Amino acid sequence: MGLKTFPGGIHPHDFKEFSKDMPIENLPLPKKVVIPVSQHIGAPSKPIVKKGDEVLTGQKIAEPGGFVSIPMHASISGKITKIARFPHPTGAMVMGIEITGNGEDKWVELVDDEKYLDLPVEEMKSRISEAGICGMGGAGFPTHVKISPPKDKPIDTVILNGVECEPYLTADYRIMMEQADDILAGLKILLKIVNAEKGIIGIEANKPEAIKKMKALVKNEPNIKVIGLKLKYPQGAEKQLIYAATKRKVPNKGGLPMEVKVIVQNVGTAIAIYEAVRFKKPLIDRVITVSGKIVNKPKNIKARIGTLFFDLLDFCEGTKEEIGKIISGGPLMGFAISTLETPLTKGSSGLILLNKKDAQKDEESTCLRCGRCVDICPMNLVPSLIANSVRYDDWDSAEKYGVMDCMKCGSCAYVCPSHIKLIQWIDIGKLKVDEKNRK
Amino acid sequence: MTDVYAVSAAPHIKQRISVPSVMWQVVLALTPALLASIYFFGTKSLWLTLYGIISAVITEAVIQKIRKIPITVTDGSAVVTGMLVAFNINVSAPWWIPVVGSVFAIAIGKQIFGGLGFNIFNPALLARAFLVASWPTIMTSGWTPTRLGSISGLNSSIIPSTAIKAQNLITSATPLNVAQQLRDKVFTSGFADNLAESQAIANTIFDKLADFGTIQNLFWGNVGGVIGEVSAAALLIGAAFLAYRHIIEWRIPISYIGTVFVLTYFFGGINGLFSASILLPVFHIFAGGLILGAFFMATDMVTSPVTKKGRIYFGVGCGILTVVIRMVGGYPEGVSYSILLMNIAVPLIDRYTIPKPFGEKRIKK
Repeated sequence: MGLKTFPGGIHPHDFKEFSKDMPIENLPLPKKVVIPVSQHIGAPSKPIVKKGDEVLTGQKIAEPGGFVSIPMHASISGKITKIARFPHPTGAMVMGIEITGNGEDKWVELVDDEKYLDLPVEEMKSRISEAGICGMGGAGFPTHVKISPPKDKPIDTVILNGVECEPYLTADYRIMMEQADDILAGLKILLKIVNAEKGIIGIEANKPEAIKKMKALVKNEPNIKVIGLKLKYPQGAEKQLIYAATKRKVPNKGGLPMEVKVIVQNVGTAIAIYEAVRFKKPLIDRVITVSGKIVNKPKNIKARIGTLFFDLLDFCEGTKEEIGKIISGGPLMGFAISTLETPLTKGSSGLILLNKKDAQKDEESTCLRCGRCVDICPMNLVPSLIANSVRYDDWDSAEKYGVMDCMKCGSCAYVCPSHIKLIQWIDIGKLKVDEKNRK
Repeated sequence: MTDVYAVSAAPHIKQRISVPSVMWQVVLALTPALLASIYFFGTKSLWLTLYGIISAVITEAVIQKIRKIPITVTDGSAVVTGMLVAFNINVSAPWWIPVVGSVFAIAIGKQIFGGLGFNIFNPALLARAFLVASWPTIMTSGWTPTRLGSISGLNSSIIPSTAIKAQNLITSATPLNVAQQLRDKVFTSGFADNLAESQAIANTIFDKLADFGTIQNLFWGNVGGVIGEVSAAALLIGAAFLAYRHIIEWRIPISYIGTVFVLTYFFGGINGLFSASILLPVFHIFAGGLILGAFFMATDMVTSPVTKKGRIYFGVGCGILTVVIRMVGGYPEGVSYSILLMNIAVPLIDRYTIPKPFGEKRIKK
């Protein structure tokens, strides 16, 4: 049907019906938040507050730990009650700053530059970097780094990622439906900053209303295009999206989009960019989808960063059945977490709850060599051979078969009839090959 | 502290597919061919197939018991093997032929290598090779006519009834057997009193092989042959089902059949290069075990390449070997040996066809 896409991929049921028509609701101010110092790729931030300090909403509480790092801000006003290790959406225990709210939500001072597009580029960048913005689609790469490519790497296209290809998630869909203007404003800022002539907004075909809405909005913007993309996972993966939108292939072995003159930002990040540049508003809240068959009232919720998942689920009136598994993010690439006392981070796009039955793990059986994983691998790898090499500690072969090019989208494990835990094997392979190459 | 939940690595959802579901779907896909065989050859087809299946399942269970590993006969893979062993057997064979074949297929073809997923050769074809070597007469002659009375798919009225030797040929041999015999100039010279007349009779028969009527017989199944290969139509129904369910993939069957098509068009005629009619390749596709082999045996997951490019090389290799065996080899049919020979090459093919990862190659500075 002329929809653009990439080679490979899978077609899981999207389960978006639970929450796609639920307008974004604001979560009432939580009593307590935990702000992890690491919510992004790069160095953890360094706390600049101590226990007992009073903080305002939006006040900086941690400094970036390096260039590839971001600051953290208080997401409610109140008192710092603890700086310790807390559960983290990635499953680890990570240093975090606990704030107990005073219920007042007193903000630091914000501005309103109506002529924000006329601000100097350096000022825009500094506002983005001060606001502590990182990619909100999941990976969490610091945005100010992404928009500062070296001088010899010009950018000609900015792609906004509105694909949201993970099942269940509808947060990006809702913000496209409800905050389309802000997304467009964010895109315009990005185009200005990196001096690119073309903006593309990529949306998957299962969101026709969003495509219509965004198309209508950019009708009078000759340099901005909205494209519908084929419904296929992982359509929203960076390299796959770039290929579908521009036919450009990002180099493998750790190549970056800027090498093909592109940067990609999530639509949610675009809103954060807009708010940071216009209002100097730090990234202290985001929209998250809370969904799953067993959730009583699946919702799209705008909540403060650091809100405990417990509060989010409470707001959705709990579950109908006993919880089998909690997933932070989408069901294909997200992390299973052990406790609802985990805080919402800047990169959490979903909180998915599975029942006992769906959480059951299948026994791994021997590889049939059926090649289904090979047929669908969007990176054109041979997952079964990688997993086998790792199983027998053959790191050289694992590397030769492309373990480092794997983006862990999980498509191979999804289609494997032998239920081989391909992503787990590949994860081990990545670590070991990395270790080997460092020596 | 609230409850603590179990964690596991992503992905957290999975397609509803498992080894048993794959295997039982293959069994289902083979069923139309079995029904066709029962229709054309009678219920003995069914019995022989059941003997094959039962002995395969029992052998697998016994060996797994001896190896003290979980017994997995319900996964359907032994059923598939037993069924395919029987499918490679002449319907006139005694009951113990499929039994011996299935025991060999499972014990030597599969379990000796470590069981499902580790065998090098297609177990059913290995068993066929073993049976042909051990009981050649049972396996390659004594063809039973179909209920419509045909073995070669040819009508005996196409040649004079006085040409006894030629009449014998077309009333007792399978289509591929006829095609092979016609290449033997010494043999065909005995069709009539003089050489010209003999050659004329041979040409008539050969033309009739690649005739629309014969091909129809081959397609629907009105020809002699082994149990499973009789009806191309029934096999294609099953193959279409498997392709639709993404259990077999197009690369191996299409490259295999395509290669056979091209090569038999070039070399298939009995009067030199390019002497074949365009229907001759069609004859070669539907005659013998090519459809069964290309869709159900060459595509055996365990013994075919995993890479996409590798599957094409594999299919082309099978095609070349099949045509070579049919044209110049001693056997009229080459599907089973060609697949077995290509099975050996699979690790090598895989090794040299590892795909390049998605993305431009990095330019070294």
